[in-house]
Amino acid sequence: MTDKTQYLVKQEPFYRPQGREVELFAAAYAARLPVMVKGPTGCGKSRFVEYMAWKLGKPLITVACNEDMTASDLVGRWLLDANGTRWLDGPLTTAARIGAICYLDEIVEARQDTTVVIHPLTDHRRVLPLDKKGELVEAHPDFQLVISYNPGYQSLMKDLKQSTKQRFTAFDFDYPAPELETAIIAQETGLAEGTAAKLVKIGQVGRNLKGHGLDEGISTRLLVYAATLIRRGVPETDACRMALVRPITDDADIRATLDHAIDTTFV
Amino acid sequence: MTAADCQDAALRDYQHPLMREYWARLDTRFSQVAEVFEEMMAEALAVIDRPDLDAYLDAARFLGKLGRGVEPMLVFLEEWPSVVKAVGKEALDPVLDFIKAMQRSPNGKAITPFLQTLAAVARRLQSVEQLHHYLDIARDLMLRTTGSIHGSHATLPSPGLPVFFEQAPRVLDLLSVGGMRNWVDYGIRNYRHHPERQTEYFALKLADSRAVVQRERHGTLFADVERQLDLYLRALWGDSDQLVPYSTAFDELRRPMPYYDRLGMRVPDVYDDARGIAGIDRYRATLAHMVGHRRWSAPLIADNWSPFQRMAVEFLEDARIDTLLIREYPGLRKIFLALHPKPVEDACDPETTSCLRHRLAMLSRACLDPEHGYRDTAVNETVARFHALLASGPSSTRQIAELALAYVTQTRRQSDQLPNVRFEDTEVDYRDDNRHLWRYIEDSDDEEFFDDPDRKLRKETEVVGLPPRHYPEWDHSSKTYRPDWVSVYEALHPSGNPADVDKLLAKHALLAKQLKRLLDLLKPQDKVRIRYQEEGSELDLDVALRALIDFKAGSQPDPRINMSHRTDGRDIAVLLLVDLSESLNQKIGADGTAQTILELSQEAVALLAWAIDRLGDPLAIAGFHSNTRHEVRYQHIKGFSERWNDEVKARIAAMAAGWSTRMGAALRHAGHYLSARQADKRILLLLTDGEPADIDVTDPEHLKADAKKAVEELDAQGVTSFCLSLDPKADEYVREIFGTRWRVLDRIERLPEQLPMLYLSLTR
Ligand SMILES: Nc1ncnc2c1ncn2[C@@H]1O[C@H](COP(=O)(O)OP(=O)(O)OP(=O)(O)O)[C@@H](O)[C@H]1O
Ligand SMILES: [Mg+2]
Repeated sequence: MTDKTQYLVKQEPFYRPQGREVELFAAAYAARLPVMVKGPTGCGKSRFVEYMAWKLGKPLITVACNEDMTASDLVGRWLLDANGTRWLDGPLTTAARIGAICYLDEIVEARQDTTVVIHPLTDHRRVLPLDKKGELVEAHPDFQLVISYNPGYQSLMKDLKQSTKQRFTAFDFDYPAPELETAIIAQETGLAEGTAAKLVKIGQVGRNLKGHGLDEGISTRLLVYAATLIRRGVPETDACRMALVRPITDDADIRATLDHAIDTTFV
Repeated sequence: MTAADCQDAALRDYQHPLMREYWARLDTRFSQVAEVFEEMMAEALAVIDRPDLDAYLDAARFLGKLGRGVEPMLVFLEEWPSVVKAVGKEALDPVLDFIKAMQRSPNGKAITPFLQTLAAVARRLQSVEQLHHYLDIARDLMLRTTGSIHGSHATLPSPGLPVFFEQAPRVLDLLSVGGMRNWVDYGIRNYRHHPERQTEYFALKLADSRAVVQRERHGTLFADVERQLDLYLRALWGDSDQLVPYSTAFDELRRPMPYYDRLGMRVPDVYDDARGIAGIDRYRATLAHMVGHRRWSAPLIADNWSPFQRMAVEFLEDARIDTLLIREYPGLRKIFLALHPKPVEDACDPETTSCLRHRLAMLSRACLDPEHGYRDTAVNETVARFHALLASGPSSTRQIAELALAYVTQTRRQSDQLPNVRFEDTEVDYRDDNRHLWRYIEDSDDEEFFDDPDRKLRKETEVVGLPPRHYPEWDHSSKTYRPDWVSVYEALHPSGNPADVDKLLAKHALLAKQLKRLLDLLKPQDKVRIRYQEEGSELDLDVALRALIDFKAGSQPDPRINMSHRTDGRDIAVLLLVDLSESLNQKIGADGTAQTILELSQEAVALLAWAIDRLGDPLAIAGFHSNTRHEVRYQHIKGFSERWNDEVKARIAAMAAGWSTRMGAALRHAGHYLSARQADKRILLLLTDGEPADIDVTDPEHLKADAKKAVEELDAQGVTSFCLSLDPKADEYVREIFGTRWRVLDRIERLPEQLPMLYLSLTR
């Protein structure tokens, strides 16, 4: 049996609630309901789940989903070794066995034929059939499935099936309100509140362009990066260009506009 | 020249022996010269050194004897000192050479206009090299436009040359000499053989003349930064509006200012860098200021205020707006202060001049500039009160108006009434004209008041259609674009009876059935290969080999050695562009029941629209025809988001043919819509029955070359064009225009069947 303590979140992650999500998540967990955390990239979804795992004292197994991922990558597979073959549990199976919170990050990235393996775990059966091994894993009572989902995603091809969506309770996340985001950045990085507030302002400038040349705005994560650079002595305007502008766009007009915002905000 | 002549001229008795000598050297009897001679010489002596004076007088004498009256000589004597001041005396020889060249050619009449603006030109050019360039341009213009009309040789003067000289200072205000050369060159190339047009071109009266000037201008052109300004408004201020440029080049008298009204924000069409601030930042400052008014200003009743009071309110309110803007983006202070004039405290003499404007500009400066350094107590007190009002929030137009009123009352002077107003250093050019700040109760129709007077008129024309869009046209002989050459008017196509189209479709019921079968096959398509599958439909050989090698080498093989296929949704946007020129009215077939090409086109379009609607690809349909470059009509028959419904059918039912086929402009306009669509594949399908032609074009190659160019432009924008031609003789030119992407339909009767089939095969 896998050692579940290795999956425990050892230290309290810093998490500043945006609303009542902590209580609500706890309630969903108490009922072992599957949870979907929706929101744009870098707004604190992963941090929130990590925090909840810590708060609930449960192991957390995170899987970053991608397009090449197959059902076996989640469930497990037979491996060849010197003595023949050996079964290796995938992360989803491990979580179901040890009673962990399994967090499937960016679930839409996975192909739909992969996504369906989670279905039996999300209804009242709470089982995971390992077809190739001929085993039916009954989920541990502590097991919970959490997925994250970015609805702002551009491609029409990438969307969760209705039948998948309908198996989850959901939280809507968004970038925190300015004051809160300022406090988060200041606390996370130790940057002075005044400077953090200016970063948040640039963040909002970028978010105003969502749909007008930017697919996503500037995320809280990037603001944290910028703050970290500034704390390390990088000049503010350089840090902003490097962390907030260059990563998100190659569009010269948008760059010029964001650069101007930076230059007129930090003087 | 005889001694008697000298005697005659010398009747004016110059006391100074030198003056007498100069007059003798000039050797003239023009009394107009004699009258001003002393005065002119005094001026000349201030600029021209003694040794060079002889050359000056000799040149003048030469000009006096050209046989063109007094003017060349008089103008030269008057203007030359200024030329020397601007570019130096070395300019004399080349200028004289050029004058001699004009005199030898039929262009002697242009000598006076040339001399009349020479000083102004020199002042703009500021170096003799630049002046050389200018003379080269003028010479080139002269040589290429003289005498060649109707093959008669060098007897007719250049029609454009004198007007060119008249306009030269104005053009050089806007353009570098390089820009001027391009402008002249364009005019020569396009109007060499049209004397009247040529004159109008060089008089800046033709639209394309202005367009070329615009294109060649220095500074930051609105057209180049429009998107950035849109983004700026949206991103930094969460605002957005129609941005409308006004011309600064051809309106020196009114000197328009930025303003905004219900139709949008008006900004100049170009901003030069000024006082260390880049053109783009001047635009941003202008927009920011307007945004500020929209956020924080509330209109006042104008009738309650005297003009002076209003001026004071405007200055202070503008300063409040700028202050609030700086609060949002502190870096704006640097920009505002660089652009805001800094009036010198004692520069205005209140004894002789009305200084109110000057005082207010100081006050406005002091509100923004912590280091203003003004000593005036009233200014300092008012600034302190201004900051106190703004300390706890944005304050308000009302409060500021009271402060302004108090300031005017406190500093009132009798001389404020003087007509002689000091304007210097009082104009803040990023600020709008504040028309939004005042309401007039007397004006009952106060809603309308704030709009410009021709607005009503425009409203009426709007009913007819949108304002035209201008497109360039490719000139294949010079390999350049003619900017803004073609005007495209777009409108919604008129409607007829949708039942007519249903009847057409019923006629093709059998065909529809066949199509339906095809469509169902087509619907899901685009096979996509998915690799790295443990189970799949085929072995992925690459991966399998790698896995085998890994396994043999004793390491863990990747079990995902299969691949499979998946069908993907279609992501195609298509625009069908239908040629509606006169030739469509032709009947095909000999018997009386024959249909016109137009009717066949209607059937084909209807079938295609029906078929594509079933497939679900977004489809737009438009028709076009033209009546010279000034009127290309582009009619919307179906929009991308419209379904196949009665409204669309009604428009198809009303399709009518007339006029000519200016293909390039229509292609560009259609491309403009298509390229805005998000789709994997964007297809422009052109249905036409003949080659590009229009009644104002005689060169048969011209419009073909332009259409070819348009297709290339579309390609670059990611739009694939395909032409279905109904002209059996089309192969050659269609190939030239569309490369490999065309088809000619030999049997026009089959069009209704062929058009949808073609589309299906193209997108399979
Ligand atoms: N409420 C919050 N409390 C504390 N930190 C936060 C909060 N929200 C965001 N952050 C900060 O933002 C960063 C990004 O958050 P996180 O990685 O959770 O984003 P995400 O929503 O999971 O993004 P993605 O969709 O790209 O995975 C975190 O590392 C953290 O620094
Ligand atoms: Mg995450």
